[in-house]
Amino acid sequence: MTDLITCNHITVHNERTLALRDVSFTVRKGEFLTIVGENGAGKSTLVKVILGIHTPEEGSVELDRSVIGKIGYLPQQSSAQRDFPASVYEVVLSGNIGATGIFPFYSRAQKARAKGNMELLGITALAKKSYRALSGGQQQRVLLARALCAADAVLLLDEPTAGLDPLVTKELYATVHHLCKEHGMTIVMVSHDIAAAMKYSDRILHLATSVRFLGTPAEYEKTPLGASFGSEENENV
Amino acid sequence: MFEYLSEMFSYTFLRYALIVGVLVSLCAALLGVLLVLRRFSMIGDGLSHVGFGALSVAYALSAAPMAVAVPVVIVAAFLLLGLSESKKIKGDSAIAVVSSSALAIGVVANALAGGSATDLNGYLFGSILALEKSDVILSVILSLVVIALFVLFKNRIFAVTFDAPFAKSAGVHVRFYNMLLALLIAITVVVGMQIVGSMLISSLIIFPALAAMQIAESFRGVILLSAILSVVSFLVGLLCSLTLPAGAMIVLCNLAMLLICTVIGKCIRRG
Repeated sequence: MTDLITCNHITVHNERTLALRDVSFTVRKGEFLTIVGENGAGKSTLVKVILGIHTPEEGSVELDRSVIGKIGYLPQQSSAQRDFPASVYEVVLSGNIGATGIFPFYSRAQKARAKGNMELLGITALAKKSYRALSGGQQQRVLLARALCAADAVLLLDEPTAGLDPLVTKELYATVHHLCKEHGMTIVMVSHDIAAAMKYSDRILHLATSVRFLGTPAEYEKTPLGASFGSEENENV
Repeated sequence: MFEYLSEMFSYTFLRYALIVGVLVSLCAALLGVLLVLRRFSMIGDGLSHVGFGALSVAYALSAAPMAVAVPVVIVAAFLLLGLSESKKIKGDSAIAVVSSSALAIGVVANALAGGSATDLNGYLFGSILALEKSDVILSVILSLVVIALFVLFKNRIFAVTFDAPFAKSAGVHVRFYNMLLALLIAITVVVGMQIVGSMLISSLIIFPALAAMQIAESFRGVILLSAILSVVSFLVGLLCSLTLPAGAMIVLCNLAMLLICTVIGKCIRRG
């Protein structure tokens, strides 16, 4: 199996506090990897390091040649975004921004790609609707379609189900799982939802500043870490 | 009506007022949309106070007002936008510190130079009829740059405004666009200050954007509507001012637009 993303001994400080210490792991082609951990465990920071938004003080990220510039990202939503006056089509189309180079406008192929992704996620009917008028679940679908415009190989999702109701959460997981297994998309997802992570992922990475566990859900369940973290999460739900 | 207009145009100072006013309203509206959407509205307000301080100091030192104000406000814009991004200092309190300090410096400088309340009044509430040819040239260049930017980089501007982390992940130079926004906003504030004054310039930046957001459902719609509302408010405000202060009348027209748009927006959403 090809390793698409390789993180080597990554250490990062966020404003003087240690966010990540000596984190090493690989993301394999076609897998569904879920990163779990408590708040402040460095999950979002790790995602930003992989994307090159954050530069690590130590260590490096190696990307396979097939994924450079082809990683789709679904960031955590900001409050300003939720009531942003933009049409759904405008938002999805902006996923192509990395591929435009110095050319100021979107090409016909890029527009077709945006429409294709909207079709894939079942939001074509919403194209002209305003983003701020959508429900939380619909907004995440729009952002997922946008991420797909940028993604040829890998999708990085940072807590995509935060603030969604259980039914919509389940639908979103199913959609992401479908993208992984039917469309060959490699998925790296940050999540708090341990039950869903156990159900859908191929591997789980438990992060607490450093890597505490990396392996299959079945293995994770047997570790004391997985058992305690899982039960705590369920109590919260 | 026509006679009234042609008479207005026969005066050079009125022609200048119209040209600079229309162009600056346009720029303020376009840039204002970006500031409002990114929750940076108060930066415009902070910058206008810095502009007032700079103009007063320039006057006290008998230096050329624009030569002092433009660079000072640009530096302040970089600082404020940078502060708003960092998590270490809360952006809103930083703006409050900078703007009231600048205002205080301005008032003291004015007193030291033996200036009267009338001089202060001109800075605070604008003197649209005292514009000079250099203001006309500066505003023409400014508006050409802003319009070209919006036409050529529309997609990038949208991506950065809507979601800076995503744009960064796609390789867009977000920092560069922030710097450019700070630079253009700074120039708009300084030129605009002379029309409506430093107390009122932030309304020129914020009101049209807010009004447009009440109605328009797409980013393109907000940009276009904001520009139209701003120019119309300026023209109506100037024509209606007669013996009243022009700057304040323009702001009141903007307020009226905002109220009308809010009502229309409510009706559309309910209907």
